Amino acid sequence: MKPPRFDYHAPSSVDEALALLARYGGEAKVLAGGQSLVPLLNFRLARPAALVDLNRVSGLAYIREAEGQVRLGAMTRQRAIEFSPVVAGRVPLLGEATRLVGHLPIRTRGTIGGSIAHADPSAEYPAVLTALDGEVVARSPRGERLLRAGELFRSYLTTSLAPDEILTEVRLPAAPAGAGWAFEELSRRHGDFAIVGIAALVVRDGPRCAMARLAAAGAGAVPVRLRAAEEILEREGLGDAAIDAAAARAADLVSPDSDVHASAAYRRHLTGVLVRRALHRAAARAGARG
Amino acid sequence: MSVPVTVRLTVNGVPREGRCEPRKLLVDFLREDLGLTGTHVGCEHGICGACTILLDGQAARSCLMLAVQADGAEITTVEGLARDGGLHPLQEAFHEHHGLQCGFCTPGMLMTALDLLRVKPDADEAEIRAGMSAVLCRCTGYHGIIEAVKAAARKLARSATEGRT
Amino acid sequence: MGERWIGRPLKRVEDAHLLTGRGAFIDDHPPVPGVHHAAIVRSPHAHARILGYDVSAALRMEGVVGVITGDDVARHTKPFSVGVAAPVHYYCAATDKARFVGEPVAVVVARDRYLAEDAAEAVVVHYEPLPAVVDPEKALEPGAPVLHEAVGSNLASHRRLVYGDPERAFAEADVVVRERFRFPKYGSTPIETYGVLARWDPLEGVLTVWSNFMGPFIMHPLTARVLGLPENRLRFVVPPDIGGSFGIKTSIYPYIALIGLAAMRTGLPVKWIEDRREHLLASSSGTDRVAYRELAARRDGTVLGMRFRWFDNVGGYIRSPEPGCSFRPTGNFVGPYRFQHLEVEASTVMTNKSLTGPNRGYACGHLYFETEGMMDRLAETLGMDPAEVRRRNLIPRDAFPYRTPTGGLYDSGDYQAAFDRALELARYGELRREQARARAAGRLYGIGLALAVDPSVSNMGYVATALDPQFRAKPEYLPKSGAVDGATIKVDPLGRVTVVMATTPQGQGHRTVVAQVVADELGIRPEDVTVVDEMDTFTRFWSISSGTYSSRFGSVGTSAAALAARKLKAKLVEYAAHLMEVPAGDLEFRDGGVHPRRGKGPSYSIKDLAGRAHWHTQSLPEGMEPGLQVSGVFGFRVAEAVDAADRVNSSNTYGFIAEVMAVEVDPETAVIKILKYVTVHDAGTIINPMIAEGQIYGGALHGLGGALYEELAYDEDGQLLTGTFMDYLVPTASEAPVIEIAHVESPSPLTPLGSKGLGESSSMTVPAVVANAVSDALAPLGVRITELPMAPSRLWELIQAARAGAVARSTP
Repeated sequence: MKPPRFDYHAPSSVDEALALLARYGGEAKVLAGGQSLVPLLNFRLARPAALVDLNRVSGLAYIREAEGQVRLGAMTRQRAIEFSPVVAGRVPLLGEATRLVGHLPIRTRGTIGGSIAHADPSAEYPAVLTALDGEVVARSPRGERLLRAGELFRSYLTTSLAPDEILTEVRLPAAPAGAGWAFEELSRRHGDFAIVGIAALVVRDGPRCAMARLAAAGAGAVPVRLRAAEEILEREGLGDAAIDAAAARAADLVSPDSDVHASAAYRRHLTGVLVRRALHRAAARAGARG
Repeated sequence: MSVPVTVRLTVNGVPREGRCEPRKLLVDFLREDLGLTGTHVGCEHGICGACTILLDGQAARSCLMLAVQADGAEITTVEGLARDGGLHPLQEAFHEHHGLQCGFCTPGMLMTALDLLRVKPDADEAEIRAGMSAVLCRCTGYHGIIEAVKAAARKLARSATEGRT
Repeated sequence: MGERWIGRPLKRVEDAHLLTGRGAFIDDHPPVPGVHHAAIVRSPHAHARILGYDVSAALRMEGVVGVITGDDVARHTKPFSVGVAAPVHYYCAATDKARFVGEPVAVVVARDRYLAEDAAEAVVVHYEPLPAVVDPEKALEPGAPVLHEAVGSNLASHRRLVYGDPERAFAEADVVVRERFRFPKYGSTPIETYGVLARWDPLEGVLTVWSNFMGPFIMHPLTARVLGLPENRLRFVVPPDIGGSFGIKTSIYPYIALIGLAAMRTGLPVKWIEDRREHLLASSSGTDRVAYRELAARRDGTVLGMRFRWFDNVGGYIRSPEPGCSFRPTGNFVGPYRFQHLEVEASTVMTNKSLTGPNRGYACGHLYFETEGMMDRLAETLGMDPAEVRRRNLIPRDAFPYRTPTGGLYDSGDYQAAFDRALELARYGELRREQARARAAGRLYGIGLALAVDPSVSNMGYVATALDPQFRAKPEYLPKSGAVDGATIKVDPLGRVTVVMATTPQGQGHRTVVAQVVADELGIRPEDVTVVDEMDTFTRFWSISSGTYSSRFGSVGTSAAALAARKLKAKLVEYAAHLMEVPAGDLEFRDGGVHPRRGKGPSYSIKDLAGRAHWHTQSLPEGMEPGLQVSGVFGFRVAEAVDAADRVNSSNTYGFIAEVMAVEVDPETAVIKILKYVTVHDAGTIINPMIAEGQIYGGALHGLGGALYEELAYDEDGQLLTGTFMDYLVPTASEAPVIEIAHVESPSPLTPLGSKGLGESSSMTVPAVVANAVSDALAPLGVRITELPMAPSRLWELIQAARAGAVARSTP
């Protein structure tokens, strides 16, 4: 389990990195935290001609607020997110999800940009991005573009990023004041990818639910936004009956696959169970008024 | 380029240097090029944690990094824990509480616990279990390991308090 | 009387070097000049004929010094002997066909492992894929693909063993209970993988192999024969540290042959460290088994007899010591119960899965999963409490030593006391009341029990149970029996004591335990005893059974150390008597020296005697050997060959385990939560309770892995689905339950210290106790656990099916 040969480049700027990607014409891979890519190299399941390592590019690791969003540089380590007061205060759903990403030594190196670009549908960050309808900034020699979660994830481990494009920033809408959140997941062992994971955010407005955001990990080839279930809550509020109805609807919205760990039917069932649990926790956290 | 690269880094406080292919994993570089065989290879895909080291003070998998990526970094391995001929309080706790049997996962356990207790000195049992889940052990059933980390946490907290007064 | 060290939780002398990164594991072996590295080319097919190889491209690659293929293996080695009569040709790599995914087909030797892996990819093997079969029952159906044409079917071995009169027992029974069970394929996956370093000296004709092997066991002679070497030209050296084994490293020997061959063919020292993918694909595991069980009982709960029908899946070849998967527990087939009538029909089946061998609890996890499941079904059938059904059938305390109908000789025990202790510790009555409350509230709360006789120190003779009595009766057949280990004690001229062992520990603290044993015997302090424990077949005592497996050390290894110490004491007494000019019978050894038995008088310390014995050999009595080095080799007389009626005392000491577990199953997610887990062990005299409990904690987690998480799962085409640690789920600290441990001590009359082994411990009971607890939790739904591991998804499907069934039944 030793990596195959590759050229290695550690550019110091995004422009330099883009030039390198262009030079290899799709045969190079971007190396971020390496917690998914290096295993693939060690198994020789990935055989890039070159690695373009972003770890020495300056200015790609930051967490800042702007225009009602929290913006995270692509190379921001998961560990930095875990302990960030900005994340805890403004996108607490991301903070809660982060503690479920692998283990601390994985989060030391793992990055938010890497996790999202890797697009594992069982991973936590793509589900958070999807639930919050966040955006990513992608740069290429053609310039910069913004992609919403729904436009980014194409299939299992596949995004709409072009081979010469680099994901440079993740933008998540800051939670409205009084929002409640929960990331609920079931995995076989602590730290594993989710069998199913649910990202939930709700905002109360008196007896009503002003906003509901739900997405599922592990329930299809891409993270699934559960819009029809959200609508039930936005229509009927956050009472037990509405939550049950939303959970039942959520289970219908996903089309999971079977694998060695869980059957498709169980994943579908679990989607409903975890949506309900996530909503109860989120609703309990949500303030009386938005 | 895949031509050999020079890697200069500080390991356990000592500046070290070696030349290797860019594809060489950090754990292999530590073991083979620097002769530090205390860090172990268990799975080479980041799950077992036997290869965990401190990278600039934080626990990380040395099987999921290229040696070249550690150029300029400060690394602590298990060989760097004991000081002045005595065991580190964490090592002592593992000895006291039977936190090791075959000893193969132990370096990873120690480096992980060190980071965990630095980040969360007051970690409770559930947090310690969650944190130590980063490393697999097949001998101990984790009982002695968890007891050891709990004891080390108490010991380190005491010495920190004494250090302040 | 000085301080007594046996029974104390002494801290381990092994720890310091392991805690500071100074361990000496196989991969840390000091550089051997000119060492090269091997990468193994493995079959991607579960079943394929090998048409040819093209190694030319690989040989041209940077740093490559040689490639060994199946052709070389066929030309230069012999197949390994197998433990059955079927003509299975098992070579150290595939020669004619590949029979499982991951089977070695070629070896590349290069300057470093990276280059070797590069070249391994360039080795071209031409295959003709063949249909595969992975299920042991399907493999026996007509028309199933046959793996070994010479065998003619996939049945490696088939034995029908009859003890007592099972026909009559079933005819006379008030109730007969039947069930089908499936036990999964899993292995203990030590965190240190296999490693071999081989150096061939052509001038001396010696092959030296360093390896993290736990033998030499029977594997040294097997390997020597395969390589065409006299046994005293094949040197096995085990490094000081082994990173866990749990039985798995027993099966490294084919790689010793393969890498040895690579060293002999290339003329270079060759090192191979197995990687994790290789380990999961092709090291070793326990068998997956389909079992059909029948139990005959009286209405009062007395078990009259049982029938076992087993299909053990040993994978592509039957590799020694298989079919131990069926026969290792022959003597304890009946477990702790006193029924006399048993029929066992054991089929060992070859399929296109990886090979099997000893795995912690070898064959006993399977055995007790089934038997204890049957005891619960009997209780349910009769409407009795499962504790009461068990109690009625236990072998009574006054029956020891107890001869089982299958030939086992249970040396000591008090099963009632240990079981009662477990029930009391778990507060069984209170748990049942809690369960009633939980059930009333609609919760799925269950209590499981499991009892087991824990066999230690395998008698080599059991393996022959696989052979027909007619075969064993042939004059040319060499009967097999025995279980021995040795120790040497040296006293240096200043009276310091060194003990030399060769028990290949893998983390069990042998050096600490031996220091305790010898300190007690000699009346000195453990820190004054230096213990060396290193295996080198050229310099250390070893015999056909040497090694650490089947929980040997706590029983036979410690006995050898005690025996050597006693021989040394006898010598010291004899020497002192000569010096004092008194009869030896008037003296005794105590408190670190030789003293008069009665009254006051001159005495000699070990130091006094050592100084004289070394410096002044003239002072020795006529006929006494100079020097103070004494060896003791301990062997069990009760280790006898299997008899004509297939009875065999398959182990030498037998402990006991009683466990109680309470669980709750989440009715929505089917996730199992362990609420309480109590385990009581009787392993005779406990030498070091800290180390003993360490074994129990570890063993329990192995059992839990098999019960809930771990499986080497294959698809129908024989592709492994759990080939990474992402998918092969080793439990972490978060999954480990809190365990309450207690001991009952029934000293063995067969060992000098009364000790028995307990290294396998709860690995053999946890699959049973979890399955029984979960079955009990799901009893209101009518779900019974018959298959492991109980992944939440599978459990949920069972619950769904039961609910659907209930709905269907209630709908007219």
